[in-house]
Amino acid sequence: MAQEIVEVPLTGKIVSVNVKPGDTVKEGDVLCLLESMKMENPILAPVDGTVTQVEIEVEQVVKPGERIAVIEY
Amino acid sequence: MFGFFETGFLFFYWGNALMLLIGGALIYLGVSKKMEPLLLVPIGFGILLINLPLGGLMDYELQVTNTSGAPARVISIEVDKTTRIGESDIILQLDSGEVLAPIHGRLKEVVVSPGQVIEPGEVVAVMITNAQTDQAELPTKPVGLLSRVFAYGIMWQIIPPLIFLCLGALTDFGPMIANPKTLLLGAAAQFGVYFAFFAALATNLFMVEGFTIAEAASIGIIGGAEGPTTIYVTSILAPHIIGATAVACYTYMALVPIIQPPIIKLLTTKKERAIYMKPQLREVSNREKILFPVFSAIIVILFVPMSAPLIGCFMLGNLFMTCGVTDRLSKTAQTAFIDILTIFITLCIGATMSAGNFLLPKTLMVLFLGVVAFGTATGAGVLMAKLMNLLSKEKINPMIGAAGVSAVPMAARVVQVMGQKANPRNFLLMHAMGPNVAGAIGAAIAGGVFLGMVG
Repeated sequence: MAQEIVEVPLTGKIVSVNVKPGDTVKEGDVLCLLESMKMENPILAPVDGTVTQVEIEVEQVVKPGERIAVIEY
Repeated sequence: MFGFFETGFLFFYWGNALMLLIGGALIYLGVSKKMEPLLLVPIGFGILLINLPLGGLMDYELQVTNTSGAPARVISIEVDKTTRIGESDIILQLDSGEVLAPIHGRLKEVVVSPGQVIEPGEVVAVMITNAQTDQAELPTKPVGLLSRVFAYGIMWQIIPPLIFLCLGALTDFGPMIANPKTLLLGAAAQFGVYFAFFAALATNLFMVEGFTIAEAASIGIIGGAEGPTTIYVTSILAPHIIGATAVACYTYMALVPIIQPPIIKLLTTKKERAIYMKPQLREVSNREKILFPVFSAIIVILFVPMSAPLIGCFMLGNLFMTCGVTDRLSKTAQTAFIDILTIFITLCIGATMSAGNFLLPKTLMVLFLGVVAFGTATGAGVLMAKLMNLLSKEKINPMIGAAGVSAVPMAARVVQVMGQKANPRNFLLMHAMGPNVAGAIGAAIAGGVFLGMVG
């Protein structure tokens, strides 16, 4: 199966994590909320598939390029 | 003795009632709908306060003089303290004509009596008004709490530049420095300012009393989508319409998520909206971030000297944030200081909106032209981005051009949300912040250009 790796787009803090490994997601579903530049930004699933890894947690400060989740499709 | 004449009911009319509803609606939108509450709640309350007659918060004293040009005898006094005086109402009957009220308001005192001969230019009465007048033609003296803050804070052009200082301390120029092309998008969006300026001037073609060039410049600057810039320019060029321009600007900034999407969709295809941009911009060094405000201030002010108060304060605030050794100043500017200034400016804006000042046909035209300015600014930014795509190999998502209208950070957020909707992989926020902050600089420069041309 193909894998899609979702990465952090910009420096910020994770406010909520909305998925866990094993969850099925559709394209456009919210994976987590990233607070950056005083805004809460949803990070969306780019494909339909199954979440196999979640590598962030609430309150974690993240930098661009760090891995948020892996989705198999 | 306390009676009906001492209460506000005597001067209360349907216009005040309508304005109370508008003020109440703004408070409701702020409190219940969380729409820009820091702005709408104090503006709304300012409207309430100013539309309760005799409160005196926004009062100015105005001396009424004998304008007949020759000595004249007073025949009769036509008004008293209980009269609501409209502009051009008769105050005194003279043997050679009349003395008319130069502005709406009420009477404080008449200093002449029937039978007395008055000289040309002699003071005959003192009026109380809450209108913003052109001080060169009709000098007034502020005598209320808010009119004093307004006169010495806003009309003396102190508060708007200081707000710019605070905004500078809250602005990250990193995305713009990383991708300087976005400066062009911020510049393109200023087209809306000039379009609305000419549209306002064009009202003279079909209105008996269209907008003057100074009023048109104040209306055009609404398209810059920067509250302090709009207030600053209007306070110098056309203070009598400051309530309308300020309210239009702040309201449309709050409504950016409603105004912009249909225009962006109209000018772009689904494929263009889905254009992917790599999230990571190049790392901007501290040295660049420190040098940017210093050199920007020098270059911009040399080219457009009239923008110095706004750009100078904006860049100083930014330097506080980036230089790393003035954290205390930066932190104050980002928090307590901007909050204090916001209280002053928003309350004063609300207080300019008395029924007599606001419920005029021209106000509706200002509100209409304001939304035209926002719309054309959005369109110009998007079209410029599309033009850049034609000329460049590396494609940009044309929606980021819409963020060039300024309205930091709302416009950038609109682009981010629309970008993700068109392509969930897209994360355009940082890319949109470039034109967004460039738009703030562009608006201040456009204001300086108008002040240089018209002021």
